[in-house]
Amino acid sequence: MSTQHAEQLDALVSEASERVSRADSLAALDEVRIAYLGKKGRLTEQLKGLGRLSAEERPAAGQAINAAKQALQQRIEGRREVLEQASLGAQLEQQRIDVTLPGRGEQNGGLHPVTRTLERVEALFASMGFAVAEGPEVEDDYHNFEALNIPAHHPARAMHDTFYFDARHLLRTHTSPVQIRVMEEQGAPVRIIAPGRTYRCDSDLTHTPMFHQVEGLLVDEGIGFADLKGLLHDFVEAFFERSLDVRFRPSYFPFTEPSAEVDVQCVACGGSGCRVCGGTGWLEILGAGMVHPKVFESVGIDAERHTGYAFGVGVERLAMLRYGVDDLRLFFDNDLRFLRQFR
Amino acid sequence: MRISALWLRELLPLEQSVDDIAHRLTMAGLEVDSIEPAAPAFSGVRVAEIRKCEPHPDADRLQVCQVSVGEAEPLQIVCGAPNARVGLKAPLATVGGALPGDFRIKKAKLRGVASQGMLASARELGLSDDAAGLLELAEDAPVGADLRDYLGLDDQIIDVDLTPNRGDCLSMLGIARELGALLGTKPTAAAPAAVPVSHDHEHDVRLDAGDACPRYLGRVIHGVDAAAATPVWMQERLRRAGIRSLGPVVDVTNYVMLEFGQPMHAFDLARLQGAVRVRWAQGGEQLALLNGETITLDDDSLVIADDGGPLALAGVMGGEPSAVSDVTRDIFLESAFFAPTAIAGRARRYGLHTDSSHRFERGVDPALAEQAIERAAELLMQIAGGEAGPVCRAENSEQLPQPAPITLRAPRVAQMLGADVPNADVVAILGGLGMRVDGPGAGPWQVAVPSHRFDIGLEVDLIEEIARVWGYDRIPSRRPSRPLQMLPQPERHVPRRSIRQLLVARGFQEAVTYSFVEPGLQEALDPEHTALPLANPLSADLSVMRTSLWPGLIAALRRNRNRQHSRVRLFEMGLRFRGALETLEQTPMLGAVVTGAAGPEQWGEAGRSVDFFDLKGDLEAVLDLGGNGEDFSLRAASHPALHPGQSAEILCRGEAVGWIGALHPATAAGLDIDDAVLLLEVELAAVQQAMLPGFRRLSRFPSIRRDLALLVPEATPYAAVQDCVRAAAGNLLQDLMVFDVYQGRGVPEGQRSVGIGLILQDLSRTLTDEDVDAAVASVTGSLQRELDIHLRG
Repeated sequence: MSTQHAEQLDALVSEASERVSRADSLAALDEVRIAYLGKKGRLTEQLKGLGRLSAEERPAAGQAINAAKQALQQRIEGRREVLEQASLGAQLEQQRIDVTLPGRGEQNGGLHPVTRTLERVEALFASMGFAVAEGPEVEDDYHNFEALNIPAHHPARAMHDTFYFDARHLLRTHTSPVQIRVMEEQGAPVRIIAPGRTYRCDSDLTHTPMFHQVEGLLVDEGIGFADLKGLLHDFVEAFFERSLDVRFRPSYFPFTEPSAEVDVQCVACGGSGCRVCGGTGWLEILGAGMVHPKVFESVGIDAERHTGYAFGVGVERLAMLRYGVDDLRLFFDNDLRFLRQFR
Repeated sequence: MRISALWLRELLPLEQSVDDIAHRLTMAGLEVDSIEPAAPAFSGVRVAEIRKCEPHPDADRLQVCQVSVGEAEPLQIVCGAPNARVGLKAPLATVGGALPGDFRIKKAKLRGVASQGMLASARELGLSDDAAGLLELAEDAPVGADLRDYLGLDDQIIDVDLTPNRGDCLSMLGIARELGALLGTKPTAAAPAAVPVSHDHEHDVRLDAGDACPRYLGRVIHGVDAAAATPVWMQERLRRAGIRSLGPVVDVTNYVMLEFGQPMHAFDLARLQGAVRVRWAQGGEQLALLNGETITLDDDSLVIADDGGPLALAGVMGGEPSAVSDVTRDIFLESAFFAPTAIAGRARRYGLHTDSSHRFERGVDPALAEQAIERAAELLMQIAGGEAGPVCRAENSEQLPQPAPITLRAPRVAQMLGADVPNADVVAILGGLGMRVDGPGAGPWQVAVPSHRFDIGLEVDLIEEIARVWGYDRIPSRRPSRPLQMLPQPERHVPRRSIRQLLVARGFQEAVTYSFVEPGLQEALDPEHTALPLANPLSADLSVMRTSLWPGLIAALRRNRNRQHSRVRLFEMGLRFRGALETLEQTPMLGAVVTGAAGPEQWGEAGRSVDFFDLKGDLEAVLDLGGNGEDFSLRAASHPALHPGQSAEILCRGEAVGWIGALHPATAAGLDIDDAVLLLEVELAAVQQAMLPGFRRLSRFPSIRRDLALLVPEATPYAAVQDCVRAAAGNLLQDLMVFDVYQGRGVPEGQRSVGIGLILQDLSRTLTDEDVDAAVASVTGSLQRELDIHLRG
C-alpha cells in the first residue's frame, strides 16, 4: 500500500472521528455513519477503489480499510451510547415530579368510636367463645322488667328512667332483655354477648337519652362467681392492654345474686386519684352477678343444675376511658371534627 | 342516707376512722358516695346572750346590742337581724375569728357605731340556707362556749347510696347494726322503755285493708305544746340528715324515723271524726296534702281515713286539714306497718317522693312500730310536754309477714361462689347478721331470718350475704376450663363489619344518631309512614321513633354543613321502626347521605359535585360484597322526599329493599340546604346475603371485543338494553360495558346514543369472525325487534 494511500485513509478516519465526537444527537450521528460507512459512504468508496490497486497491494490495503471501518464503527457505537444516555437522562429529568404533593383518590372515612369500641369488645369475647346476640329495642314490659325479677312498682324501676309507648311497651332500658330472649329460645348452656342501643329518659352532662351497652351471659354447669371474676379481670386488662387492679364490690341488681359493681384501677392516674376517677383511684365500669334463680325460673332453666353469670358494661364509658374523651354528648352530635379522630 | 359520724359512734363503739368505716361500708355493698364535714370551717364563734337592745341612732333597721360571752364586760354589737332581742342566745363571731370562706371578723363601725363582732345566722355559718334571722340557740346554751364544741360541728357526714334491697339500713340503728355485723361489734342502744301512761284515752282504729296494713299502732298524747322549741341537738341531727326542722311534733316523728327507720305521722286529735280507718281509697275521693296540693285518689291507693274521708295517703304524706299546727293541744301518733306492695309506685303516681314513701316502698321492719311509738312519746313529752295514753293497737297478726326458715346447703354455697368458704365462717357470718342458724356443722342449715331482713327469702339471698361479708376479694379468680367450642362462621352472610369497612374505605364516616327524631323532619323525609310517638319524650325534637335513618343523617349533615364542612359523607346502621305498636317492624337498615364534591379537593383534577352515579357506585360496591350483585337492580320510582327524575327503588330479586336518590329540591329548600344531597337506605338483611363463590373453568382461547353505537329511545332504560343484549348474545358473552352515553348534535331528538362493548369468548375454541358476526347480528336483531333500537349510522 502506498504511503500516499495510507495517509489519505488516516485523514479520512480522523476527519470522521472528529465528526462523530461533534455529533450532538442520534440523528446527527446517523448522518455521520451514513456519510462514511453507508453504501455510498466515503470509507465504503475506498473499498470499491481497491480494484484499481495491484494484486500485491490489494490485501494490505483492504485490511487497512476494514480496520479503519471497524475503528470508526466503534467510535460511532461509543458515541451512540453516550448520546442515548444523555437523551434518556434528559427525558427522565423532564419527567421529574414533586413526590411530596398529596396523592389522589378518596380518603378513608372512619368508624364511630362506639362501633370501634364495640368491635373491640366483640372480638375479645369472641376469642372466649361468646357469640353475638341481638334483640328488639322497642321491648315489652315483660322482657325488660318482669322476667328479670323487676315486677311492677319495684323500687329498682325508679333507677331506670324509662321511655314508654303505652303501659306495656317501652324502649329497652338495658340490654338485659336479650338474656331472656336467648334463654327462652335456646335454653342452657348459653354463652353470648348482646351489644346494642339502650335508652333512658335522662339528659345532662353525664347522661344521654340513648347509649350503648354490652350484656354478657354465660350459663352452664359448674359456673360460679369465681369464673365471673376471672373473665372480667381478663377482659379489662385485654381491653385496656395493661395490667390493672380490679375490685368487685357488692351491689344489687334484681336479676343477679350475688351482684357486684366492678371497679377498675383508674386508667388515667393509675389509682392515685384524679379528676377522671373523682379522686377515688377507681372507675366503676361494669355491673355483674350470678343469674338470679327467679330469672332462670321465668325462662324454664333448672337453676339447681345450671348456674351462670351476667354482666353489663357501658360502651361510651369504655370509649371515653380508652380514648380520653371527656364529654359524653359529643358521641351523638356526629361532628366530623370529632368522628375523624377515630379513623 | 346521710349519716352523722358522731351520732354513729354514739350508737356503736368504733375505733376506726371515718375513712375506714366508709371503705368497709362500700366494700359490703353500702356504697359511700361522699364524706363531707358537717359544717364548713369557721372559728372564734361563741355562744352569746343578748343583754340589751337599743335602736341604732342613724339606721332604722339596725339595733345596738350589748352581748355577753361570759366575760366581765359585755360586747357592743350592731345587728340587723329582725329576731335580735333581749334574752336571745345566738352565735357571735368574735373579733379575730373567721366565718366560712375565710371571712375575717374585725372591729368595725356601722353607720358610726362601733361593733365588736357579728351575730350570725345559720346561713352565715354555712349550716343551712336560713338567713331570716339569727340562729336561735337553746335557752340553756352555755354562754361563752365555742359554738363548734357546743353543737358538735366537728362531725362528718357519710352519704351512703343504698341499693333498693337494703331498706333496713335507712336508719341510724340499721346502719349501726350492719356495721356492727361487719366489724364484729354490737350496738350499745337498748330498746326504748315504755313511757308512763297517764290517762286511758284510746282512739278507735280499724284495719280494713287486709295485708296492706296488718299492724297499726296509735297513741293519744294530751296537752302538747306544739309551739315549743326543738332542742338544738335534735335540730342539728335532723339538719345533718338533710331534714328541716318544722316544730317539735314533726321533728320528733322525723327524728324517730331517722333513728329507727319507722316513718310516723301525727294527727291533730281535735280534727279527727270518729274511728281512724286504714282502707283503700274510693276512686275520685279528694285529699288536700301537706304540701298544699290536692290529689284525686284512685281506688288502688291506701289511705288513713276517718268518718269525714281520707286523712292521709298511707305511708306517703299526711293531709293538710288534720295536720298538727301551732295551736294543736292533743295529738294522735301513728306508727304502722304498711306492706311494700301497698305503697310502692303510689307516691310516684301522684308526683310525690317522701322520706316515708322511700322507706315503705323498700320495706320497714314490722317489729319497729312498737319501739318507735314509745320512743316518739318519750321524746315528745321531753320537748313539748303532754301526757301519753296507752298504745292503741290494731293488728291482724296472721297477715303480718311470716318469714319461714331457709335451708342453706354448703355445696350450693361452693357452687354459686366457686370458693370454699369454711362452714364455721358461714355460721359466724349469718349469726353476726342476727340470723339463727340450726343444723349440723357441715350443713344443711335451717336459717331463721330476723324481721328487719325482709329482703332475704331465698337460699341465694343467704349466699349473697355470706359472700358480701366474707369479702368478694377473697373469692378466687377462676379461668375457664370448659371444653372450647368453635363459633359458627356462616360464609353465605356478609358481616356488618365488612360493610362498614368497605364504606370507610370509600370515604364514609360512620354516624350514630338518636333513634327518636323530630316529627317535622321525620314527616318531611318519610311522609308515607306514621312514626310511633313516645308517651314521655324528653323533648319535642326527640319525640317519635324514626321510620327511616334519613332524618337523623340529614340532621347530622346539616349540622356539619353549618360547621363549614361542605363535603359530607355519612353512613349509619341501625333499626328503623315502622307500623303500629302491636305489629311494629324493627328492621336493621343501612343508610347513607352524601353532599359536596365527588372527591376530596385535589391539585391535579378538576372538582365536581357528587351525583347519583357516585352514590350508586358506593351502593353497588356494598351490594357486591356478597358476590351476588346481579341479584340487585334499580327501578326508577318516585319517593316523596326524592327528586322524581333521580330516584330509584332498590330491588333484590324483584323485592323492594330500599331507596336511592337525590333529595327533592323542594325538601332541600325547606331544610335550607342548597347543594345536591344524595341519600341511600337499604335493608341490611338483603345486603348481608352472600353467595358462596363457585369456580368456573378459565378459557384458554382469546376473547374478542366488539363495540356497538346504539340509538336508544330516551324512555328506554339501559337496564332493558342490558337484559336484551345478554339474552341475545348467549353464552359467548363474557362481559358487557357502557363506554359512552351521548345526547345532542348528530343524535335525533328523543334518542340517546349509547356505546356498548361486548367481550365474547368461547371455552373450547378460538372464535371465528363468523361466530362473532352471528352473535352481534343476534344482538342487533333483538334490540331492533324488542326495543326499537338501531345502530347509529
